[in-house]
Amino acid sequence: MFSFCTDPSILDDWFWFSCYLTTGVHMSFYMSFLKVLLLLAVTAPVALAFGFGGAMMARARFVPLSWVGKGYIALVRGVPDIAFFLFFVIALDQGIEYLRHKALCSDWDMPIRQGSDFVVCQAAKMPLGNAAQWVHETYGFGLAVFTFAIVFGAFAANVLFGAMRAVPRPQLETAEAYGMSHRQTFWRVLVPQMWVYALPGLSNLWMVLIKATPLLFLLGVEDIVYWARELGGTKTPRFTDYPHPDWRMWYFLALLVFYLLFTRVSEVALDRLMKRLTRGQATTGGEAQRRAGA
Amino acid sequence: MSCLQTIQDYGLRSLGIGERLLPRDNFTLCEQFTLIGSGMLWNIYFGVIALLTGFFFATALGVGKASPNPWFRRPAEWFIFIFRGSPLFIQFFFGYFLFLTLKSEYAFFAPFTAAWLGALIVLFLNTAAYSGEIFYGALQSIPKGDVEAADAYGLSGWSRFRRVIWPTSLRLAWPAYTNEAIFLFHATTLVFFSGFPAWQQRGDALYYASYFADKTFNPFVPYPILAGYFILLTLCIISVFGLINSRLNRHLPQAQRRKIRLRPNLIR
Repeated sequence: MFSFCTDPSILDDWFWFSCYLTTGVHMSFYMSFLKVLLLLAVTAPVALAFGFGGAMMARARFVPLSWVGKGYIALVRGVPDIAFFLFFVIALDQGIEYLRHKALCSDWDMPIRQGSDFVVCQAAKMPLGNAAQWVHETYGFGLAVFTFAIVFGAFAANVLFGAMRAVPRPQLETAEAYGMSHRQTFWRVLVPQMWVYALPGLSNLWMVLIKATPLLFLLGVEDIVYWARELGGTKTPRFTDYPHPDWRMWYFLALLVFYLLFTRVSEVALDRLMKRLTRGQATTGGEAQRRAGA
Repeated sequence: MSCLQTIQDYGLRSLGIGERLLPRDNFTLCEQFTLIGSGMLWNIYFGVIALLTGFFFATALGVGKASPNPWFRRPAEWFIFIFRGSPLFIQFFFGYFLFLTLKSEYAFFAPFTAAWLGALIVLFLNTAAYSGEIFYGALQSIPKGDVEAADAYGLSGWSRFRRVIWPTSLRLAWPAYTNEAIFLFHATTLVFFSGFPAWQQRGDALYYASYFADKTFNPFVPYPILAGYFILLTLCIISVFGLINSRLNRHLPQAQRRKIRLRPNLIR
């Protein structure tokens, strides 16, 4: 990176570290932090949308639809956590390949499950066998995001379902008394008011989502855990210009600090958001703000 | 090979008793049930010991965090923040590599790099932090009247804590603590995926479940079996904790008793 980095073995500590921490692999390590942030940025809105859909379905007046919504919530919340992650990625992958196999290779006569092998025709492979490396990585990442969204969507659905029921009845009755239709009441009165009830649950979920991101490692994505293990391991002078003993402890300490800082920042930001959403609401918090302002 | 034979061979495989080699192909349903069940022994071991030991530390942490003295409050607050604010997964990794580094300096730390002790310590600290926060919340929500009544009876200091404050806070905290216990048992599945090696393939339930899923490319059998075992375990925990709950609430009229509500949770 820097011009003085040509021969690291003669540098003293400070310069050595500034060179060591800016090598190409370390840049990949820093990129993987961005990957985690990207995962959060993509997953959170998708999961929220899943949650909103689930909650809307669960409170639908059409009974089978409400069963689907409630079933989704109950099923995902009831199964132990990481088993679900491990299970879902393989299941999704195989499901997609199975459907493509059915659609693309109608002349295939062998069974798909042969003993302990899962065999589909070449054209049904997902992604295709000759695809570029980045396609494989993006596909893996996409599967991970989808899995996260399904799991967290169920939890968000549960929170939003509770929040929708927590909006005071009289508010809805007033809306109906003004002649609003069911749909209008939902979008104009219920949805704007429910967020303040949903926020404590959702912020809790956000914290859990942050802490769930290392599981990307288990889903086969090259994330921060992967790089910390790779970079921290003992390096001998034969393979690198920067030999060092086993430093994995320090790398994971850095990850620990990263997560703690992230949690702390989120806490502060969510506190602010809560204050903002409480403004003008018919709750004790809103009442206290009104008094303080007056 | 009959199923009974399989149970004899693999029933205690996770402890290193019985057949040495894991089955390699032609997996029967019986083998999957037996091995995953055998792995559950580790989950139960980690969960039970961490819960029992963590309970006392958690009480200390809860009292510490509620203390007006900053010398007690600050360390408790920091401890709880550090363990609740970071992923357990990373804590396991950090713990493992910390013990590994210590081991190279002092031979005393050799057993700490094995899962049975090292992972147990991480779980103990982690559950202590989570339960400590629950107990802290319960201490904050003790009815004012109860404490005033204790004062009126002339109780103070230790005897007030032992006879009034602690039992009441335990009663208030119990439903949340039950969920924490369930959650802890779920969290034990992370152990062998986070650095701690499964020595001679003696792993926990998820270790064997993913072994089968990897070997058969079929996640639809081992993971539902695992889920079934965990549902059973959860029911056991709920019934045991329910008994303790009704004992804690025995002086209250039926309507005022706090019910345990199952609130499933996610990764910590």
